[in-house]
Amino acid sequence: MQSQVPLYPEQASNFAPHVDNLMLFITLICLFFAVAVTVAIIIFFFKYHRKKPDDVGVPIHGNMILEAAWMIVPLILAMAMFGWGAVVYVDYRRAPQDTLDIYVIGKQWMWKAQQPNGLKEINELHVPVGKDVRLILASEDVIHDFYVPAFRVKMDVVPGHYNTMWFRPTKAGRYHFFCSQYCGTNHAIMGGWVTVMEPSEYAAWLSGTSGSGGNPVVAGEKLFTEKACATCHVGAGVGRAPSLNGVYGAKVLLADGSTVIADEAYIRESILQPNAKIVAGYQPVMPTFQGQVTEEQILALTAYIKSLQSQPVPEKGSGVAPATEKK
Amino acid sequence: MSTTTLPAPVHKMPREDYLNATYGLRSWLLTTDHKRIALLYLGSVTVFFFIGGLFATMIRIHLLTPNGFLVTPETYNKLFTMHGVAMIFFFLIPSIPAVLGNFLIPLMIGAKDLAFPKLNLLSWYIYLVGGCFVLYSFGTGGLDTGWTFYTPLSSVYSNSAVTPAVIGIFINGFSSILTGLNFIVTIHTMRAPGMTWFRLPLFVWAHYATSLVMVLGTPVIAITLLLVGLERMFHLGFFNPALGGDPILFQHLFWFYSHPAVYIMILPSMGVISEIIPTFARKPIFGYSFIAGSSIAIAVIGFLVWAHHMFVTGESTYAALTFSFLSYLVAIPSAVKVFNWTSTLYQGSISWDTPMIYAFGFIGLFLIGGLTGLFLACLGLDIHIHDTYFVVAHFHYIMVGGAVMGYVGGLHFWWPKITGKLYPEVLARIAAVTLFVGFNLTFFPQFMLGYMGMPRRYHTYPPEFQVLNVLSTAGASILALGYLLPMLYLTWSMRYGRVAGPNPWPATGLEWKTASPPPTENFDVTPEVDWEPYDFRNRPDLGLAASGPLPAPAHGDD
Repeated sequence: MQSQVPLYPEQASNFAPHVDNLMLFITLICLFFAVAVTVAIIIFFFKYHRKKPDDVGVPIHGNMILEAAWMIVPLILAMAMFGWGAVVYVDYRRAPQDTLDIYVIGKQWMWKAQQPNGLKEINELHVPVGKDVRLILASEDVIHDFYVPAFRVKMDVVPGHYNTMWFRPTKAGRYHFFCSQYCGTNHAIMGGWVTVMEPSEYAAWLSGTSGSGGNPVVAGEKLFTEKACATCHVGAGVGRAPSLNGVYGAKVLLADGSTVIADEAYIRESILQPNAKIVAGYQPVMPTFQGQVTEEQILALTAYIKSLQSQPVPEKGSGVAPATEKK
Repeated sequence: MSTTTLPAPVHKMPREDYLNATYGLRSWLLTTDHKRIALLYLGSVTVFFFIGGLFATMIRIHLLTPNGFLVTPETYNKLFTMHGVAMIFFFLIPSIPAVLGNFLIPLMIGAKDLAFPKLNLLSWYIYLVGGCFVLYSFGTGGLDTGWTFYTPLSSVYSNSAVTPAVIGIFINGFSSILTGLNFIVTIHTMRAPGMTWFRLPLFVWAHYATSLVMVLGTPVIAITLLLVGLERMFHLGFFNPALGGDPILFQHLFWFYSHPAVYIMILPSMGVISEIIPTFARKPIFGYSFIAGSSIAIAVIGFLVWAHHMFVTGESTYAALTFSFLSYLVAIPSAVKVFNWTSTLYQGSISWDTPMIYAFGFIGLFLIGGLTGLFLACLGLDIHIHDTYFVVAHFHYIMVGGAVMGYVGGLHFWWPKITGKLYPEVLARIAAVTLFVGFNLTFFPQFMLGYMGMPRRYHTYPPEFQVLNVLSTAGASILALGYLLPMLYLTWSMRYGRVAGPNPWPATGLEWKTASPPPTENFDVTPEVDWEPYDFRNRPDLGLAASGPLPAPAHGDD
């Protein structure tokens, strides 16, 4: 956690400096008026403080020149704010030609994105730095809103409409994105991370070969985070899905009372068709990853899950059948 | 008028006033006296203020830590929804008009009552029925749609008690409409002889403008929420795209009322401030006709800015440009008011009495609230700060910093008139400063949170936002103290306060020419007005030093 309070989020898109300059411009004008009025009030407050209980003030009923001045001057400044704001907005609403188009679907309470080559992501969005990216937004249920503070852009995601938004990432890194239109119970956790990558890395990531480095366990561990598996499959068994510690090769107790050995085939099926076998005590909430992971990635994930064999199995929140139970 | 300045009555035979004219529950529940109805409203809006305040307290405690430790996500969503519904529809909108407006408008214009006294009582009962529906909704499953009831979340997906809530707000709308109608007719037809339009207190002008908004705007929200109820109960497709409806249509209809509703809350408060400042600066208000006219301008232009709540819904760029432009226009009459109030202080004889402290507090907070509106009206900036805590801070500065400061300040200003008693002055000044400090500490950090990107209506937030949230919660505890103090000492003063007399400040309005508390008929003899508003020089009856004829001052604004 940062010890000091920063004034603005990181600037990571083409819009960020414009919006921040606009903010500075309006802040300065407003500060001028706020300080002027406050100082005037404070001076009057002390200077004209009533001396004797029956004193009265000097009757001044008004002044046309002053009235005109404080209508016209604020109006001119307001029009300047309007004009500058309009320029930034029109630029934002009119996407340039030849954008990288990514489809983003909001549903209670997760985000799904589909890259141009069909690769799908959940609560993650990977984009290349320096490229105009256009998001085509759709909702499956209520109104959501895709908001990236570091990019200074947001757009509502409205059922029955296609809205679009665009930006050009300018700085590699990982940035929060949020749902900023209230959408029900888990509105606050309907967010994720935008990963801005160098174009070459992005291309490698798209083809599913990034970061493997030859070691499938390391690649699988990275995928486990990137695909947001780790948000539910928490090692300590406190997530919405069972812990995977020690599950490989063990017996898993299913919702229908039967058990299954957690082998490679079971793991693969659980990734691609999560609802085929539900672990006892859990809800069928996991989305399918069919089409979102390559075969190579499934292998890497399986290797990683195998590597968790040595990790301690939590007492609660694991699918591993109790050792005493005989079937 | 001579009767109104009688010396204090003898103790054995208390003078008859509206409070002791009749006794018993029945005499209150069936009263048609605008002053008693005002007190009925005072009681009921205070109950809703407590309910809304309790929810706010729980929200702020919950947000002390990033993961929130007090309530579940479902409960948190219900808390902010019910906080908004209770505060906006059942406290802020009725507060000044139905309490102070009801009490003061007939007194200020020299009338015996409002034009339709029975209708006035009916308004209160309608308010109660609407309130009961909403409390029923709160008690049976709560409400988790946000006070904005955005569809299709409210009409299809929410599992909470939406239907009774929208019925309650629908019913309550009639209370607002009837009050507005009553005020308009009263101001048009019941002014005392000599009380011309440009001698009306600015409080009355502000209420006239407010009443226009109430009468013209409220039917729209009532019908809109009825449509939400119909879609929810009978699956009629108004807003649900699955049934051929359009969720954006709801937002247009909702904000067509709900943006002007902000002016229902703030205009009366501006009216209060326009009374307090000349009284405690002892001089005519600067630019009377500009302040009066700006109220009307705000009410009219206020109807033309609603879609600035929708810049990122995908509305057309041209619509966005138009509504941004109009939103900047509505800033001008608000600025005119602030400049005129400030100029009124110049060469005044300024006292530091409690109502004046509230007026200063109001100007400070309204200034910040109004100026931050310029940020949100700015299209390019709104893309970033829309639906973040910046918005939360902005509208609390207007609706709490502005409207509530005006309401509490007005209660103090007219408390001697309403109850005939004075409150403890030192304690009241301490409370006013506490409120101001607590308010700023609570809501200023939220501007920063918003610009940092924290969305509103989040029960949990990333850890980098914690420092500012803790500050905000700390401020809220000071703010709560600032609200509790006046409730305690005002109640105390009703019994133990010093007797106020008819005009303790003194002030120039007609309401101060009658006894405190006023008799049921308000005036023993119908008053005649032969003085200009806020004129302290030509009013020997006020007993001030410089009273007596003076060379006529220049009327710069006439």
